[in-house]
Amino acid sequence: MSEVIKSDTQNDKLLLDVDTLGISFGGLKAVDNFNLKINRGELYGLIGPNGAGKTTIFNLLTGVYKPDTGKILLDGEDITGKPTIEINKAGIARTFQNIRLFSDLPVIDNVKAALHNHYKYGLMDAIFRTPKYFKTEKAMDEKAMEILKVFELDNAASYKASQLPYGRQRKLEIARAIATEPKLLLLDEPAAGMNPQETHELMDTIKFVRDNFDTTILLIEHDMKLVSGICEKLTVLNFGRILKQGETYEVLHDPEVIKAYLGD
Amino acid sequence: MSSFISYFINGISLGSVYAIIALGYTMVYGIAKMLNFAHGDIIMVGGFTTYVITSSMGMSPAVGILSAVVVCTVLGVAIERIAYKPLRGASSLSVLITAIGVSYFLQNAALIIFGADTKSFQSVINVPALTFGDGAVTVSGVTIVTVLSCIVILILLTTFINRTKTGQAMLAVSEDKGAATLMGINVNRTIAVTFAIGSALAAIAGVLLCSAYPTLSSTTGAMPGIKAFVAAVFGGIGSIPGAMIGGIVLGVIENLSKAYISSQLSDAIVFSVLIIVLLVKPTGLMGKQIQEKV
Amino acid sequence: MKEISKKTKQSLTTYALVIAFYAVCEIWLKTGNMSSLMEGLLVPLCYYMILAVSLNIVVGISGELSLGHAGFMCVGAFTGAIFAVTAGSGLPELLELVIAIILGAAVSGAFGFLIGIPVLRLRGDYLAIVTLAFGEIIKNVINAIYLGVDSNGIHISIKDAMSMGLAADGVTIIKGAQGITRLPRNANFTIGIILLLISLFIIQNLINSRQGRAIMAIRDNRIAAESIGLSVSKYKMMAFVISAALAGVAGVLYAHNLSTLQATPKNFGYNMSIMILVFVVLGGIGNIKGSMIAAVILTILPEKLRFLSDYRMLIYAVVLIVMMLFNSAPKAIAFRERLVESINMKRNKNAKEEA
Repeated sequence: MSEVIKSDTQNDKLLLDVDTLGISFGGLKAVDNFNLKINRGELYGLIGPNGAGKTTIFNLLTGVYKPDTGKILLDGEDITGKPTIEINKAGIARTFQNIRLFSDLPVIDNVKAALHNHYKYGLMDAIFRTPKYFKTEKAMDEKAMEILKVFELDNAASYKASQLPYGRQRKLEIARAIATEPKLLLLDEPAAGMNPQETHELMDTIKFVRDNFDTTILLIEHDMKLVSGICEKLTVLNFGRILKQGETYEVLHDPEVIKAYLGD
Repeated sequence: MSSFISYFINGISLGSVYAIIALGYTMVYGIAKMLNFAHGDIIMVGGFTTYVITSSMGMSPAVGILSAVVVCTVLGVAIERIAYKPLRGASSLSVLITAIGVSYFLQNAALIIFGADTKSFQSVINVPALTFGDGAVTVSGVTIVTVLSCIVILILLTTFINRTKTGQAMLAVSEDKGAATLMGINVNRTIAVTFAIGSALAAIAGVLLCSAYPTLSSTTGAMPGIKAFVAAVFGGIGSIPGAMIGGIVLGVIENLSKAYISSQLSDAIVFSVLIIVLLVKPTGLMGKQIQEKV
Repeated sequence: MKEISKKTKQSLTTYALVIAFYAVCEIWLKTGNMSSLMEGLLVPLCYYMILAVSLNIVVGISGELSLGHAGFMCVGAFTGAIFAVTAGSGLPELLELVIAIILGAAVSGAFGFLIGIPVLRLRGDYLAIVTLAFGEIIKNVINAIYLGVDSNGIHISIKDAMSMGLAADGVTIIKGAQGITRLPRNANFTIGIILLLISLFIIQNLINSRQGRAIMAIRDNRIAAESIGLSVSKYKMMAFVISAALAGVAGVLYAHNLSTLQATPKNFGYNMSIMILVFVVLGGIGNIKGSMIAAVILTILPEKLRFLSDYRMLIYAVVLIVMMLFNSAPKAIAFRERLVESINMKRNKNAKEEA
């Protein structure tokens, strides 16, 4: 009896439940038998050598690829094989390893585009500039500025996204993803190309986002300082399979993991 | 029945011309990932070159054909060098608009040089016609040569791509430009070779087309060019056997609808085929799905 | 907030520009100094501008290439003309025109939707070729069709007028390649300008809306747009249909400026689509004001420079190539950036020296 209650509370905490996920490309098993459980509010790291299949997992979670096997449950809802748009509406947003911004749009419009499904008015409202249009646009502007402020991008709101320096472009990508109000935020190498100072600031920002936007974060990262600094749990991937899973400290001190990273 | 057979054979003949043009489209699309809109107009240049050499200068057909091939090859490479190469890495929209500009340029340059009146083209193919079934079905010399050329070109091209280093380089570039560069393949040179081959084929197609339909004007190549593109899409863009099959099927459809439905609507029917193919099988008969890397 | 006021200002200057253009032309016309050649160009200028700005929705805002814009114009023109010679023939002039415009826009938009279904899921190059095919199909079909109406209903033939089998009271509406005759010719410059202003109103309000933002986001990065929950097919379709509908409006205006409407390669063919594309490219892709100015210049200039008429198309071709190379070639972009940088540096240096 007590066991049932226990598992219920556990389910309540569980946000993402990935079960035996797998995909092959032309015979090569890029991801095989992948399991992952992430609780609400966790900061979770996915690490592994290059080519281990980390980004492929992100692509499977966000519907860019359809898995050959396995199941993905988000908050109890089966999102396996659904299109990217539906998965975003269900509550997963992401950033990209090679930055993908709306480069010709102003910084603020990058965020406002992401508010699209939360602030609505019809095409006729837009064309005839109804009061609803003005009201909603104003609310969108305020919300977008509020998000930009968190990432210290508010002073660059009217710049074209492509005019931002690299580090700030990475931040804008996170800001854009956050604007869709995701339950789960996927960050693909957020610190890539940043200097130690910028990485340090980014760590604070990521923690701030998790705490203030009521979200859960799964991130891919090579920077071990960032991973050990902010991730509570880790999964290590090697050749498409799970090498080790658990608390960050334990995982990073596991001899097998060290071997995979440093070689023999 | 015999009239159906002759419409059908004429369709295969026209389709063979489309196939030769479509090969150029498909190769360039496969390797340079661009739709070379000016490809059809190279046909027209080939036609005019042969016309000038044989009709105006009175030289032999062989010289005419050879000059057409040389002129078109040089032109194709020059166009690539001047208009397309600087745009490598730019958006596909920019490349496409530039290609349209080049197509327009060739048409209007020809209009200024040769005038607006349609020239009558003296066929350069002197092969006797074959008759079957006591004269019920006649196959003209042009048709025989066209179909044979088409087969020979297909064999030569396949051999070239599979057996030579340059051919293998072309395959590699079409798969992955970046990786090909890392493997030491000269991508620019490979693309230039592709344009050269495609343009040479267009020249041959031009001579065959003008011999079968003996008129020539600045827009001679435009419609066949577009239809050949339809053929390439039909067969699956990037696929060489696909372009061949697509071309022939399209030629047959066009000729049969001209004969049995309406000559005015035949073009509309051909284009409807394109729309239906894209609706049913977007990658064409033999094309493969390309997925963007995320 | 600053951004918004900037955008509104941009829209307002566009309207002001059109109204100023209208005022100048009207004064010029009223004082009697305008040549009859120029006077004849006033309505064409309006529909060329509408065509240019509406094509810019697809090319500039949505980032796709449509080569069948003249086809949509053709659909609008024939829809409007059929209405004008049938149900609309007894109506007051203005009412007839208004209904014709609404019908033309609706039917063109519907065609845009139908064409959009197969192609908007595909790579951009296919859109170009399918829209081109569509334009040719429309032109060919209209040229081949005989349409008549009698007390028994509508009759269609693709052979000739006789095969329609019209009763004695029947009226032929479309006579194959001869097209539609006896049109009312009730368009004028003022109506043209009003239609242009309405088109601009729709386009600019679209651009500055959540729908417009979605269209542009998809243009800039399709994969990222999907990742934030934007429906690519929905918004590409929206841009395409609005563009087609406005081209239809231009077509209705075109048809109501003629007494006989025919579909020829010259007015609704590929060349027309290319000319509209030249307006857009020369005016700057995505630049609404620019495409209007380009349309005006490229319509008036060839008339004024008749001696160049043989070279007109050739010049268009060179303009297209040079503009694209200058604006889009990676090396040209880098060169421009270096140029701007060196100018800025000099300016800074001068400023320092002054200080």
